[in-house]
Amino acid sequence: MATEILMPALSPTMEEGTLAKWLKKEGDKVSAGDILAEIETDKATMEFEAVDEGTLGKILVAEGTEGVKVNDPIAIMLEEGESADDIDTDAGSKPAAEAPAPKAAEAKSAVNEAPEPELNPNLDPDWPEGTEMKTQTVREALRDAMAEEMRKDENVYLMGEEVAEYQGAYKISQGLLDEFGDKRVIDTPITEHGFTGIAVGAAFGGLRPIVEFMTFNFAMQAMDQIINSAAKTLYMSGGQMGAPMVFRGPNGAAARVGAQHSQDFSAWFAAIPGLKVVIPYSAADAKGLLKSAIRDPNPVIFLENEILYGKSFEVPVLDDFTVPFGKAKIWREGSDVTIVSFGIGMTYALEAAEKLAEDGISAEVIDLRTLRPIDYDTVLASVQKTNRCVTVEEGFPVGSIGNHLSAVIMERAFDYLDAPVINCTGKDVPMPYAANLEKLALVTTDEVIEACKKVTYR
Amino acid sequence: MAARKSSGTSAKPGANVSKDELLNYYRDMLLIRRFEEKAGQLYGMGLIGGFCHLYIGQEAVVVGLEAAAKEGDKRVTSYRDHGHMLACGMDPKGVMAELTGREGGYSKGKGGSMHMFSKEKHFYGGHGIVGAQVPIGAGLAFADKYKGNDNVTFAYFGDGAANQGQVYEAYNMAELWSLPVIFVIENNQYAMGTSVARSTKSASLWKRGAAYGIEGEEVDGMDVLAVKEAGEKAVAHCRAGNGPYILEVKTYRYRGHSMSDPAKYRTRDEVQKMREERDAIEHVRQLLITGEHASEDDLKAIDKDIKSVVNEAAEFSKESPEPALEELWTDIYAKVAPQNA
Repeated sequence: MATEILMPALSPTMEEGTLAKWLKKEGDKVSAGDILAEIETDKATMEFEAVDEGTLGKILVAEGTEGVKVNDPIAIMLEEGESADDIDTDAGSKPAAEAPAPKAAEAKSAVNEAPEPELNPNLDPDWPEGTEMKTQTVREALRDAMAEEMRKDENVYLMGEEVAEYQGAYKISQGLLDEFGDKRVIDTPITEHGFTGIAVGAAFGGLRPIVEFMTFNFAMQAMDQIINSAAKTLYMSGGQMGAPMVFRGPNGAAARVGAQHSQDFSAWFAAIPGLKVVIPYSAADAKGLLKSAIRDPNPVIFLENEILYGKSFEVPVLDDFTVPFGKAKIWREGSDVTIVSFGIGMTYALEAAEKLAEDGISAEVIDLRTLRPIDYDTVLASVQKTNRCVTVEEGFPVGSIGNHLSAVIMERAFDYLDAPVINCTGKDVPMPYAANLEKLALVTTDEVIEACKKVTYR
Repeated sequence: MAARKSSGTSAKPGANVSKDELLNYYRDMLLIRRFEEKAGQLYGMGLIGGFCHLYIGQEAVVVGLEAAAKEGDKRVTSYRDHGHMLACGMDPKGVMAELTGREGGYSKGKGGSMHMFSKEKHFYGGHGIVGAQVPIGAGLAFADKYKGNDNVTFAYFGDGAANQGQVYEAYNMAELWSLPVIFVIENNQYAMGTSVARSTKSASLWKRGAAYGIEGEEVDGMDVLAVKEAGEKAVAHCRAGNGPYILEVKTYRYRGHSMSDPAKYRTRDEVQKMREERDAIEHVRQLLITGEHASEDDLKAIDKDIKSVVNEAAEFSKESPEPALEELWTDIYAKVAPQNA
């Protein structure tokens, strides 16, 4: 029976890719293990192998096609004795629903296809009016930020696992080795505790290290050096020396990678005096904030998100674009409820605001952008206007950023509140692997909408 | 360690050493000892709080290695750090005032015994978490290599820290990247109350470096000349771009792990025997006298001089005021330079 060959998912978060090249042509005999095609994701180019033997009957997606969705049929394989004429009927008989992945993609649409806000997000713009803009992914913006700062200051260097020759496990450092060489773009062994300590020492010694953690889950191995050595030395030395450096990498849940690889550490790091904590949502913020982080004379935790890496935003075309720490961004003005979020939480916040608008509820959406320092004033001013607040984050509920904000709002704007503040967070469970349970464990747009309706008594 | 090991190839210990050198070692080691004795006293009087780890007995290690260093070389160590600070030329007043938690201390009273630093003297702490200073030391060496100078870093740690995983992570990268760092294992034979024999089957700690391709050797840490000679060899190795080197310096601390350690894990006799037979200061004193480099009176004059330096430090540490209350809120963040918009 002719079988469809489907566009493969080559990483946990891949939703589509480019069919770069067919290495077999129609009519070719194929053995299991033969390379059929090269597929390009936003992270890498992968070879795609045949699983069964047969004949490549028909190529459905021409090479060079971009944006091929995972699980779309890309070719038809024939078994012995079949001919290309059998293809149409056989292919048609295969229900698309048989493949589970499109469902998973649908489930994640809340994350990946959050509508761009309709209102002008630059209520307090980070760049001059009329600035030329270009569309960039968060991934590209992060790379550009590092490259620009490395050109500017030769003491800035990047170290981490697979950052150099592999071009970054998530391709953030793509091209940096070529431009800056192996003195400044350094592959480390898998040894987080050790290389973090070395980077702290290098910062004491006058360099400006950027430490990439392949994911922040692995930074747990290096927690002592981050907290005890990097964050506290300036204080312990009476101001004589500190650790000007950046710790960056993806933080939070990716997709289907289980409990040890899915965790949002925002609130942990935000608890530590001596650290600065940055968690961008948009590409412009990723770029502007990372440049500020690299220049900052303090240790900065820079929390990225794997799912946001491939998302595109408008980024200003400026010679030297930076975003200051401690300044929240109002993405959407509103009058009925304030939604405060940061990082990937913004996708839920913005989507909820969009849907709430359809029901006549006007939500103001604030992106904190940095958690240390934290822009309380913008949050409080908004709450004084809307009299209601919902916080949104993916992290665990106990000791969350939302908990902290609730306390601050209660202390400083109690009389303005018309309803208790609600914290929408991830659930109080380790991240499960099963797709349906994972979805349940994360905060959802529906929960945000429900919370907003509750505080507005609708 | 019953018999004293020779300090190398020279037939007679001290034969190749000048009078001035010997006098300097004597003075530097004596300063550490008297300073630590005074610190112990002030602790007993309640003027020093918290943890206080004295270096008494180990003086030859840091004094010998400092003799092999040049300006620009860096050092980083654990919480048993007073000796290292004095040996690299930090002001005893500033160190003692930090112990008493006063404004005149190296960290304005905010660091304490375990956390002092001096940019000027290239002393990078003072680290309270056992072993953490080892990758930091490799990182300091990384910075020097990156900048292309010929400085080396001395990363000191104890036999206890030698069992921390990050030490070996640092070894691996230091050799991989040929970092100019000397890993100095100050093996004083007890990690708090656990003897080396009770914590590892590999009695020779320096030999673990072989697994990473790092050369090293054992050194008699009660003989300042032997330490200096080994230090010079290690420094030459590092400065020549050959990567790291390990020195396992066999030494002994006379006092407890910290002030609150009753030291029930070893006998009084063991300590007494060390003091009587192997004391590093007494060793140099003998060399000075037998070599006719100094008379008893000369040495008495030095003792007196040191005593007054230590007393001044103690006085300063008592008189220096406590830090202003506003200091609670300073030095948490370094100021961000204004961005040129």
